[in-house]
Amino acid sequence: MERTSTTPPPSVKLSIRDLQVSYGSKRALGPISVDIYERNVTALIGPSGCGKSTFLRSLNRMNDLVPSAQIEGSVKLDGTELYGAQVDPVGVRRRIGMVFQQSNPFPKSIAENVAYGLKIEKKLQKSEIRDRVEQALRRSALWEEVKDRLDESALRLSGGQQQRLCIARALAVNPDVLLMDEPASALDPIATARIEQLIHELSASVTVVIVTHNLQQAARVSSYTAFFYLGDLVEYNRTEVIFRNPSQEKTEEYVTGKFG
Amino acid sequence: MKLKLKRTKRNALGDIALILASALALLLVIGSLAVIVIDVGIHGYERLSWAFLTESPDNGMMGGGIFPAIVGTTAMVFLMTLAGVPIGVATAVYLHEYAAPDSRFAKLVRIAVQNLAGVPSIVFGLFGLGFFIQWVGPGIDRFLLGGARMFGQPGILWASLTMAVLTLPVVIVATEEALSNVPNSVREAAFALGATKFQVVATVVVPQSLAGILTGGILAVSRGAGEVAPLLFTGAAYFLPELPSRFSDQFMHLGYHVYVLSTQSPDVDATQPILYATVLVLLALVFMLNLTAMVARSRMRRHFA
Ligand SMILES: Nc1ncnc2c1ncn2[C@@H]1O[C@H](COP(=O)(O)OP(=O)(O)OP(=O)(O)O)[C@@H](O)[C@H]1O
Ligand SMILES: [Mg+2]
Repeated sequence: MERTSTTPPPSVKLSIRDLQVSYGSKRALGPISVDIYERNVTALIGPSGCGKSTFLRSLNRMNDLVPSAQIEGSVKLDGTELYGAQVDPVGVRRRIGMVFQQSNPFPKSIAENVAYGLKIEKKLQKSEIRDRVEQALRRSALWEEVKDRLDESALRLSGGQQQRLCIARALAVNPDVLLMDEPASALDPIATARIEQLIHELSASVTVVIVTHNLQQAARVSSYTAFFYLGDLVEYNRTEVIFRNPSQEKTEEYVTGKFG
Repeated sequence: MKLKLKRTKRNALGDIALILASALALLLVIGSLAVIVIDVGIHGYERLSWAFLTESPDNGMMGGGIFPAIVGTTAMVFLMTLAGVPIGVATAVYLHEYAAPDSRFAKLVRIAVQNLAGVPSIVFGLFGLGFFIQWVGPGIDRFLLGGARMFGQPGILWASLTMAVLTLPVVIVATEEALSNVPNSVREAAFALGATKFQVVATVVVPQSLAGILTGGILAVSRGAGEVAPLLFTGAAYFLPELPSRFSDQFMHLGYHVYVLSTQSPDVDATQPILYATVLVLLALVFMLNLTAMVARSRMRRHFA
């Protein structure tokens, strides 16, 4: 994870320009501009209500589902505008997966949960689905625990397992980017450690953007950190810079626990 | 402040009064059901036989069985469900999943549904007569069947459709309730996986509401099986030994048969055993329908839990 200053910056995966979101007449975010780097973990931190979830949900057009939300500005994935007139939000969400704070498995079997995204996309051979379910479960470090009970209800898994199942479900469609909104905040320390380990492993193959209230977690898992305050992006830099040597006073106060 | 741990007399008295009141209410509910079932059971049992269930009535309703009424009721309920449940479910899905929360139109539909639920059943009968039998039916006869009189008269199809309209509110309300029990987080999960609105509804929301939708179906079926008034004008026959073979045929109905036996019989004493036995069969049929649906529902629950 450690990167010395001599390595060139990684390529930009998501390029956000003048992104602004309001709910009704109330501005919730921005305008902000920021680049998210490929195959890195980017952490979003900031006090409650500062627009972290709003920002995250704008990246995969989940905010389109909120009738009162108005979104302006530009988000480009590998150079392609996601808010273009011709772009189908459904397609965006296939390439940019999302994991929520509260694990939300479907009341279906473990295998059906993981296969859901595959099945709604196109008709696949049973064997192909089985392979990709296994692959996704392995990537989310759940395979060993559930391989003998794939047909059992997902609701019988523990909270931590359910969250890893949700990660597997998001990974099954092979997204380029994985958005995580406080994925471990409802979990105990051991389950949290597993998720963090998992995020670290995933960053080898996908771009991860994670919202967290846990500053140590942000420091542990991410290589870039963005600090939000009152709907604005106050500071964005390498994680160690944000935590050890921030340029903004507000950032310093927040990461040292003076408010938040 | 000192903590009071001792039970006061007033609290204790209140508890006793509440327990007594709820026991009384319970007794009333279970008691009346028991009286009905036992009374009907004892009096109806003697006359019950295989022949009674499989033969047509004869001897001016004082002999024979009730086979046509059993078949008629079952067929009517079946057609009613087939027509009513899909429309009711579709309406509820529209109202809950597609209409905007502040949609004027949706509000209007909801008010209509609520009022529909309060309309007396005899009025539904008149509606069926006026709408289906005097308007839709003759239209079909004139434009599709070249003028032969077939649908422009009371028949099992019109009776079933009238019943379907009558039970529509039950299905809609139960389905909406079931849909609102599906947590939003699950919808979001599906959307986030790239599901279209239709896929979210069809593959996640509706399957997860099936138990509740089924409950609505059951309520509708029990109501439809027991309701008689709307059938008076729309297709129930006083006496018809042949089974209905076409949608336009009239049919015998258990509930209507009970009404006929108890009010139109020339010899009250002679018909009484038949009357009781018919009521027993009607009750058994409704209970059985309820039971089937309850079993199906609990299976479904277990499957998804
Ligand atoms: N659906 C919505 N409708 C109206 N306002 C909303 C909606 N969602 C969020 N907001 C408002 O937008 C602002 C930013 O909310 P957001 O959820 O993005 O904050 P957050 O940083 O994720 O907070 P938290 O850390 O508590 O999750 C808040 O003022 C919030 O009240
Ligand atoms: Mg949030």
